This record gives sequence, structure tokens and C-alpha cells, in this order.
Amino acid sequence: MKFSKKDILGIAELSAEEITSILDSASVMKRIILSGQKKTNYLRGTAVLTLFYENSTRTRVSFELAAKYMGADTVNINVSSSSVAKGETLIDTGKTLDAMGADVIIIRHNMSGAPHLLAKHVRASVINAGDGMHEHPTQALLDMYTIREYYKTLEGLKVAIIGDIYHSRVARSNIIGLIKMGAKPVAYGPSTLMPPEIEKMGAEIAPTINDAIYRADVVMGLRMQLERQKNALFPSKSEYARFFGMNPVNMSLAKKHALWMHPGPVNRGVEMSSGIIDGANSVINEQVTNGVAVRMALLYMLAGKQGSKDSKYTDNLVTLPVQEVVV
Amino acid sequence: MKILVKNGIVVTDEYEKRQNVFIEDGIIRKVEENYLAEADVVIDAEGAYVLSGLVDAHCHLRDPGYEYKEDIVSGTKSAAMGGFTSIACMANTNPVADNKAVIRYIIDKAEREGFVHVFPIGAMTKGLKGEELAEIGEMKEAGIVGVSDDGRSVENSSVMKKVMLYAKMFDIPVICHCEDSVLAEDGVMNEGALSTAMGLRGKSKACEEIMIARDIILSKTLDVPVHICHVSTAYGVEIIRTAKKHGVRVTAETCPHYFTLTEKECEGYNTLAKVNPPLRNEEDIEAIIRGLCDGTIDIISTDHAPHHMDEKNVEFDKAADGMVGFETALPLSYTALVKAGHLSMSGLVRKMSARPAEILKIDKGRLAEGKMADITVFNPNVDYVIDTGKFASKSMNSPYHGFAVSGKVVATIVNGRIVVRDGELAV
Repeated sequence: MKFSKKDILGIAELSAEEITSILDSASVMKRIILSGQKKTNYLRGTAVLTLFYENSTRTRVSFELAAKYMGADTVNINVSSSSVAKGETLIDTGKTLDAMGADVIIIRHNMSGAPHLLAKHVRASVINAGDGMHEHPTQALLDMYTIREYYKTLEGLKVAIIGDIYHSRVARSNIIGLIKMGAKPVAYGPSTLMPPEIEKMGAEIAPTINDAIYRADVVMGLRMQLERQKNALFPSKSEYARFFGMNPVNMSLAKKHALWMHPGPVNRGVEMSSGIIDGANSVINEQVTNGVAVRMALLYMLAGKQGSKDSKYTDNLVTLPVQEVVV
Repeated sequence: MKILVKNGIVVTDEYEKRQNVFIEDGIIRKVEENYLAEADVVIDAEGAYVLSGLVDAHCHLRDPGYEYKEDIVSGTKSAAMGGFTSIACMANTNPVADNKAVIRYIIDKAEREGFVHVFPIGAMTKGLKGEELAEIGEMKEAGIVGVSDDGRSVENSSVMKKVMLYAKMFDIPVICHCEDSVLAEDGVMNEGALSTAMGLRGKSKACEEIMIARDIILSKTLDVPVHICHVSTAYGVEIIRTAKKHGVRVTAETCPHYFTLTEKECEGYNTLAKVNPPLRNEEDIEAIIRGLCDGTIDIISTDHAPHHMDEKNVEFDKAADGMVGFETALPLSYTALVKAGHLSMSGLVRKMSARPAEILKIDKGRLAEGKMADITVFNPNVDYVIDTGKFASKSMNSPYHGFAVSGKVVATIVNGRIVVRDGELAV
């Protein structure tokens, strides 16, 4: 199918067909990664910028490698040392990057909706790499990719999402995406960390952690943000681990071959015990590889359609036909 | 100067009747059927309502300190365009209106350069910090009509108690912005399914209701009348209704956006819909309209809150709270309440003119012989779409651009001076 989006702002804006085509494309990309010859030139001459207002290692490196494997030029903008720290607004920063010829801007921001604001004001494609407590679409896509790769489909699967749902954009994007793809997300977390009326997003709310895990096809842990302890959201790490953590005992309630997932970074012994993280069913490292593949696919799908965008800066350039990815 | 307003339907909070109004030297001389006299200006109000000039008990003029958003000149023009002849402005200026010097500045500038009557409201506490009493006595002498820390509650109940006791001594209305800001944390919109889906921190209805209840309980305990600002929730209305039944001397206001818009306006991170208290749900709108109808909610104010577009063209979390309201309040209220059959025109005039004047204890809100000629002519038969680009205000931060309404202010007369005529500024 033809992919006609300018930006990837959230899973909410993607149809099931679009998600499927991204996942299909990602499986081609994964073969490139595993082929040993990772450098391609599909996006040669494309400028990919990462603009991170929040600290991140894994997502940023994943995007940067994805862009490099595709042959794009990448620049990381360190917000704390840029003019943003001097008080520049997001719109002005975006327009500056646009004027320099950015093709894709990858933004992570601590405020929900920031990528949407940016996308409205720039010509470049915007990829949301996580905004506040709103969405983290590339994480949900890589999670769905990982699940689909194993089960061949998402249809009908019970996916337990456990932990700090309130602050989690990963949970929100996954709930939206899994429902679109026919899976059954079940959410569970301490009541102080459940967002109000989360059930209206379509996820089932489990009464206990055991109910959430029971006969699940996938169990996804969320990172517990330990700094939240001081906001009286939970009493202590040990109590959290005791009542809300995933351990070999409660995980035995899941289906025998269930996938154990986590978006990382993991607090060992808090939301997941080491026995789970390093266990046979854990696909946490597989998720990381798949993350690069999914991001390669998205960059290719967005930047591959430069010709259709405003041509103010490209009028004088010969538009080269984009090569088909063949492996 | 002599002005004759003829052929209109005079609406006061007591009657609606076809009468002519004759004004001489700023005073209403005659209100009588078919009355004719020679006049310098004749306004033909055929098909229109002739109202006692509207009184807004709650607005922000941003002067001094934030003149890039609004000032007393532009703000009073905007008010006149909306049919308001008297407005009470809140104290969150820079410097804060917590002393007689700032109050004198506002009154003097309004008298010199303003187009409607301006009644300042002084801060309850110094710097709006909720800690020490402001100089309420001196500000009363300088001309304030109420005290309020609008924008926030006085969080400390002991300080609030002292504000009430002290204000009572000077017979000055106590005007309460109700919000438990600790409970509100960093909420930026109504808490619920939509805030969850948008990943924005919610401000629960309880934040507002808890403070409404606290201020009512203090009012009852100390026997000090209180006025509750911008009620936005169904249960908030219910608390006030119950208190009134118990004889507590509480009055309440709401604003047009709380009975015409829901939180849905925030979708797409629309910062124009960011306001405090936040826009709520359908059931709250219904309860607020019921509260207006049964008298639980006494008045409609604008909470006119101008902001520069630079303060709205930012991330939702960072955007300023509030919307301009002068130029949309009457058409929105007429459309949503009178045309929709909830209130009579006379009932609306009571909520937007007579009653706010009573609460602020100012001699306004009456269209009668011998009173100062503050008059609004409003034609209910004009259907149009709101265009924020045409506002007389310096700011256009309104979520109502493109909103279809009925009714337009044709003329505004302030102290016998025609400020708006044929729907345009005449000054």
C-alpha cells in the first residue's frame, strides 16, 4: 500500500493497514541488519535530525543507527547546550532546522503534544520518539513487530501490560496499537499509578497482577520511575516488587511460551526480577534489534517521499528514483 | 447632549416592554412608551433589546504590567463592544494590585482614557502569595469593590479566615477563586478519559469542589458573605445550592465557556481551550444551566483573560490559561440560554447586569429614570459567525473563532456617551 503520511506522531493516527505495512517493511530491514552488510544508501542525501528534550540513550542510538544504516546524514541536537537552553521556542527551533534543510526531525519531549506542535510548523517529517505521557509510537511498533514475529499475528492475543501505566506513553501507544491489530491488552498497576478512565481507551483492567498475567500470550513490564516514590505514589521499592513486580512465581501463570517484554531500561528486582529478565522467554534484547529495524522502515517510508513535499529547496535538484529495497 | 433610543424593547431584570429611553447630560430622564423629544442623536432600536448596561464582575485588564496583552484603553473598548458598561478587574497585574497606589493608577487611567466604568478588585493577600493580608482598608478608600486572589486560592485556611474577617469589617465583598492547587498538582486540563488519552495531567473536579466547600464552610462559620468565581462543575453547583438552602450567604458566578464548551475543545492540543478552571463535560454544562435557571448561580461573568498569541503558540503544558470574553459573552449567553429556552431575556439581564452590580454593591445595573445612562442595545436577530480577528481587544485568544451565534451589540452608551454605534466603535 502507499504510505502517505508526512509525520509519525502517534499510533492513534495510524490505521491497521498502515501499521501492517510498517511491520512488513521492518522485516525487510531486519534482514539488512542481520545480513552483516548494514550500510545501504537508500536515504543518501537525507538529513535526519534528533532533537531530544529528554535524556535517552537507547531510543536515540536506535534512531541514529537506523538512519546511518539507511545511508542518511544524522545530526544530534543536544538540547541542554543549544539555543533551546537560551529560551528559544519549539516552533522557532523547528523552523531553524527546517531552514537548514532537515528532512526528518525526530523529537522526544517531556511535554505531551510537543511533536504535534512542531509538525504543524515545519516542512520536514516529524517522528515522535516519545512525548510526555502521551505516545511513544516507535516503541509500540517495535513491540508489535516482536510479538508478530513470534506469533505470526496479533489477532486474539492477550497482552498483559503491567506497572506504572499513569506515566507511560509506551502503555498508551501499545494499548491503542494492539486494539487496532485485534489483540486484547490487559492493564494492571498500583491504583495510584493507573490513569483515570483508562478503560475508555479500550484496555481491560485486571483486578490483580495474577489476573493480568493468567494465560497471557505476552507479558510486558513497564519501567518504574523510581523518582516517583517521593510523590507518594508508592511506598518503597521492596513493597513495589512484592506486590507489583513480575517474578517466576506469578509469571508461571502465563502461557508456557509467553513472551516476556520490557521497553527498558529495567530496574532489576523492582518491576522485574532477574530470573525474568534473563529467563528463557525474555525477548528484551530482541526488542532492541527490532527497534532499529522498525525505525529504518519508518525513515524509509517517510523520507522516500520527499519529492511529493514542498519543493522550495529541491526544485533545482534532479529527483532520483528511490530504489526498491530488495534483499 | 440629548440621546433618544426609540422603538426598542426595554429589558430590565423586572420587565420587558416596548419603551423609548431619553437621555440628557448622561442621565436617563424618561423611560416611557412612545416618548418623543428633540435629541442630538436618535438611535432607532427597532427589533432590538435596550438593556441596562452589562456589568462584568470578573475580568483581567492586564494594566499595569502586561500591556502587550491588554491595557485599560483596549480592554474598555473591547468591553464596550461586548455591551459591558461596567467592569471589575482582577488584581493579578504587575505590580499586583495589592495596595492603594496601583488601585489609584487603575482608577485614574480608566477615568482619563477608559471607555467604560472600571471597578478594581484588590488582592486579598500581598503579592497574591496567600500569606499576609493586603492593605484592604486603604484599597477600599482608594476605590476597590471587592478582594480576590483570583488565579489561585488562599491555600492556607487560617489566612483565608483572616481575609474574610478583615474584609467584613470594611464591608468589602470576598471573591473566591476555588482551587486546591496541591491536589491539582500540575494539571492542565480536566481530568478524565481525554486527559488520559492525550497524556496530559488532569485537574480533577474535586480540586475546585473542595475549595468551594471550604470557603462556604468558612463563610458559614464566620458569617461573612462570599462570592464563588467561575463555577465549572456539576457537584460545585450542588454544593452551592445546598449552602444556599442552609442560609449561607454565598453567591456564585459562571462564565459562558462553562455552559457552551467541553474539554473536547482541547483535542489536538488546542491551547486556546486551555483555561482555569478547565473546560469540563456535558453533564457539567447541564448542571450549570440548571444552576443558572434555579438561581443557584447568580451571575455570568466573562473572566476575560487576554494573552498574546506567543503565550498560546507553545506546548500545551506551557500555554497560558484563559480566553478573552468581553466580545463573545452576550451573544453566547443569549444563544445558549435565552434562544435555547432556558432563561428569559429579563433573566439574562439580571445575571449580566443587575445582580453583579448588587454583589459588588455598586450603583449600576438599573435602567430607570434618574440613573446614570449606561445602556446596551442588543439586536437578537443577527446570526453570524464569530471572527476573533475583529476583536477590539489586543488579544484574540478565543476558542470561539468560527462559532455560530445569534445576537449582536448594536450600541453601547456609557454615562451618556455613545461608545459603540451600529456595532462599531464610535470613539
